Amino acid sequence: MLALSVLLLVAVLVCAVVRPWGWPEAVVAVPAAIVVVVAGVLPVEHAVDEAVRLGPVIGFLAAILVLAQLCDDEGLFHACGTWMARASGGRPRTLLGGVFVTASVTTAVLSLDATVVLLTPVVFATAAQLGVRPKPHVYACTHLSNSASLLLPVSNLTNLLAFASSGLSFTRFAALMALPWVVAIGVEYLVFRRFFRTDLDAPVHAPLAQPAPELPVFALTVVGLTLVGFVVASATGVDPAWAACAGAVVMAVRALALRRTTVTKVVKATSLPFLAFVLGLGIVVRAVVDNGLDDLLRHAIPDGTGLLALLGVAAVAAVLANVINNLPAVLVLLPLVAPFGPGVVLAVLLGVNLGPNLTYAGSLATLLWRRIVHDHDTEVNLGEFTKLGLLAVPATLVGAVVALWASLRLIGG
Amino acid sequence: MAVVVWIADDTWQDCVDAARGCPGSDFLLLHVRDHDVPGAAHGAFAGLFGRSSLDPGTRMDDLSADHSTRLLEAAAARLGVPCETRTLAGRVEHEVVAAAEGASLLVLCRDGDVSHAGPRSLGPATRFVVDHATCPVLLVWPS
Repeated sequence: MLALSVLLLVAVLVCAVVRPWGWPEAVVAVPAAIVVVVAGVLPVEHAVDEAVRLGPVIGFLAAILVLAQLCDDEGLFHACGTWMARASGGRPRTLLGGVFVTASVTTAVLSLDATVVLLTPVVFATAAQLGVRPKPHVYACTHLSNSASLLLPVSNLTNLLAFASSGLSFTRFAALMALPWVVAIGVEYLVFRRFFRTDLDAPVHAPLAQPAPELPVFALTVVGLTLVGFVVASATGVDPAWAACAGAVVMAVRALALRRTTVTKVVKATSLPFLAFVLGLGIVVRAVVDNGLDDLLRHAIPDGTGLLALLGVAAVAAVLANVINNLPAVLVLLPLVAPFGPGVVLAVLLGVNLGPNLTYAGSLATLLWRRIVHDHDTEVNLGEFTKLGLLAVPATLVGAVVALWASLRLIGG
Repeated sequence: MAVVVWIADDTWQDCVDAARGCPGSDFLLLHVRDHDVPGAAHGAFAGLFGRSSLDPGTRMDDLSADHSTRLLEAAAARLGVPCETRTLAGRVEHEVVAAAEGASLLVLCRDGDVSHAGPRSLGPATRFVVDHATCPVLLVWPS
């Protein structure tokens, strides 16, 4: 049974990395999940359990993806670019500060997807327009899409998954992760200032006068109210996913009424095939864990909630995330660490969220595959990116774990 | 035998100004699009496991091509004499060294912290070009 489920998991992950014939990941993951259930590897009730647990998480993610896309349609990220350009006055170091603030807030509130897909090109365009070297600023976006995704359950899909099984409320999650979030961003900033010092020392040419950005007031208000909604929902025991749904619906209705978007575009923004993939992957991983991987991994996971145990858990999580991807890593680790309490679950999140900065494609498997299919001449200077990762990842990981440990002491898990 | 002027994103104005005083009538203005930059975005996108259909790296490839065209137009206008312009894409330092082979002169600008004396005063790409270019090199200080 273990062999079959492992085989299916490997097939699902290989297809997710390789994307044969450009298939969506779900094409293999969903049938694999069905096979797992039909073959009796995972009892039907366990599969239903998993689906019920993942359902709200997937809905939450879809709502945030839609919200971020509609904010972009309203010009939110364009306004961010104009603000960064004006505030920096063309000075590379000030621009880096602005990028750090914008990317950290975007990642925390609208998830890392928004930073990677919507903000990064804006940052590139801003640097180009200012006559500043784009590399430190674009690399800051890719690093912060991981490092700044610690704060809220919505910041990262891994957080949403852990949030569902941690038993923490939305506000308690945020309160415990606030200090690790600040520390991780601060450490990244110091690493970037040092690593890119010659790029940031470049001379300043006065930029062209920029018009004041037109603030997308409606989008900002909806995002602000959605955040308030998270807190209120959490205080009243309502699933915060409803707040995200409400925000997305309000934005979508307005955009549709003003004919700024179409129903097809809104549905496309939910990434339905990806949501099906998460569900399929979750069921297959559950089968692997239940059929014996839990006993195997239990030895690799340190017991206890002391500082050293938290560091150990985060390190295991970071290594696992770097091998394949942080999504399967967090699905495998969650059922094993959930009994130890929320502190350990959050330590896993620090590992799986900060770890992927070591490899520019989020994991070794994806990286290797990209190396195989791509012409070597068109790929990133791996040495430089890895050097940056080797400086940033251990430092942010240790800093954030110590901060988490302190938060747990102060606030209590 | 042309004078090759490396049009870097942030220091090109000084290079063009210095090139104007150089002997020779053939000028090649060269801008290299650093493929690491869209590459990092392509990579981050791959890490999302297909959560979106919009690869930011592709958008940045387009933005970068436009940027390069505009930069070279501005540089040619600043030079004020007929010249050839060329955009390359790849590892910046390698492309510049290759393009400068056989040139009568390569004009490039010093980067890094100019207030600081000592090693590591040049950025890694500039350092590489100074070390490996096979033609005479004119290293201009930024104004």
